[in-house]
Amino acid sequence: MIEAIGLTKRYGNTVAVDNLSFTIAPGRVTGFLGPNGAGKSTTMRMILGLDRPTSGKVLIDGTPYAQLDRPLRTVGALLDAKWVHPNRSAKAHLQWLAKSNGLPARRVDEVLDLVGLSKVAKRRAGGFSLGMSQRLGIAGALLGDPKVLLFDEPVNGLDPEGILWIRQFMQGLAADGRTVLVSSHLLSEMAVTATDLVVIGRGKLISQSSTTEFVERSTENTVRVRSPHADKLGALLVDKGFTVREDTDSSLSVSGASSDQIGDIAAASGVVLHELSPQRGSLEEAFMQLTGDSVEYHAAETGK
Amino acid sequence: MTLLAVERIKLFTTRSPWWCMVLALGLTIGITAIIAANWSDSPMPVLGAVFTHTFGLYVIMVMAALAVTTEYRFGTIKSTFQAVPDRISPMVAKAVVVTVLAGLVGLASAFGSWGISMLLADDTSQLALNSGNDWRHVAGVGLVYAAGAVLALGIGALVRQTAGAVSIILVFALVLESVVGFIPNIGDDIQKWMPFTVVTKFIFGDPDPSAIPDGAGPPTVGELSPWGSFAYFAGIALAIYIISLVVVKRRDA
Repeated sequence: MIEAIGLTKRYGNTVAVDNLSFTIAPGRVTGFLGPNGAGKSTTMRMILGLDRPTSGKVLIDGTPYAQLDRPLRTVGALLDAKWVHPNRSAKAHLQWLAKSNGLPARRVDEVLDLVGLSKVAKRRAGGFSLGMSQRLGIAGALLGDPKVLLFDEPVNGLDPEGILWIRQFMQGLAADGRTVLVSSHLLSEMAVTATDLVVIGRGKLISQSSTTEFVERSTENTVRVRSPHADKLGALLVDKGFTVREDTDSSLSVSGASSDQIGDIAAASGVVLHELSPQRGSLEEAFMQLTGDSVEYHAAETGK
Repeated sequence: MTLLAVERIKLFTTRSPWWCMVLALGLTIGITAIIAANWSDSPMPVLGAVFTHTFGLYVIMVMAALAVTTEYRFGTIKSTFQAVPDRISPMVAKAVVVTVLAGLVGLASAFGSWGISMLLADDTSQLALNSGNDWRHVAGVGLVYAAGAVLALGIGALVRQTAGAVSIILVFALVLESVVGFIPNIGDDIQKWMPFTVVTKFIFGDPDPSAIPDGAGPPTVGELSPWGSFAYFAGIALAIYIISLVVVKRRDA
């Protein structure tokens, strides 16, 4: 379990992380979502004790990271796959990491096998492709068989095959009962990977909930209705207190009513329906709606 | 002990330390060989055999600085601090490994240079190591390299980037300490307290009068005795190293 309490990081006048509190539960993949520059990486570095919070704290199973004994056995992290000496072999890289936390040398071979890098273990890590580097980073995170795992933008720049592999891998880790926190600015990726979502923007917590809840709560559910008697039906629905908007193709967009209710009303008044379809907001829309004000770097308005 | 093994693995699984060691030994012993082969007219003194030690010192200091700066350059310092979050113990372990190695290279360089002088010089009657001073001239190089490594580790950890750290070390040792002597009036007084100038006296200072006529050896400056000169240099190195530890502990990795 990871628990952040009032976590704040200030660089001069810039507040990178602002009074952030959240809890990451074990046994599921939790997505850590926010636009670029929202403070995700800073938060992850603070979880690992690499950056010192200006105020607040973050605990791993009740203990600050710096006080963990042989921390690689408790927390594994992949923050940047390029954090490897390019002239050191993949195996040597894992060997010094393993040694530092008293892990047996055979564990190095095990994790190399687990991520499918056994054949290139003796090659210098600088010659690895991005996908191979990510695998090496994951091998490093898994060395100590930790209960808690952090991944910062693990699918960035990967090909679809690599993305699928990492996604399934993370879900497998969570299924073992581990705590898995994975950051991303890609909603579509999180929608298929994460069960829970912690959403931040400009360093502030925007929401913490399950992924489905997040979508349901933050998107407007509407029903699209086409009818030759649109005017009559529209008036009836407004009378019932629903919001009705006429779209450009003269269909109606009704919010606040379920498709069942609209169908019943139409039948009771003898209105013919050509279409009655519930519309579900996408995760992207929800995200934009929630973080729209929180994007650190807005694209400049182009000339009109 | 575990952390010493970690730092040993880190150091020897990359190529630059090997290159630096080969270069340090090659420069000192190689140039000494040329000096020894061309030494004529008088017996070669022990000082002549270690005259080149400063070349090796700069190379070993670069090696020590690289041991820290490459960790920052490639981000492995974050993995290091993730693995050992107190930060101080891995940095101290690194210093122990690098300093011992630097000392060993210093000894190999000095005794290698001395040995090749014994082989190549025409008149080796003054080369034998007969006194404490003779031993200091040669074995002292090991101590100087070790102290130089501590200084370079400190600079590396403070500056965190290779180009910066290497420039500071080389410009200071090779340029600044000489240029400072040209400042009118006070230049000489400043120069005789400059660390690299002072530590030269530890190696070259107070030779046995029988080996070298008074004043004929390489010039040495400074107010301190040879051993005092070394203590001064080592003290500065240690002070900068300790400051770097405090900074590393406080700063975001």
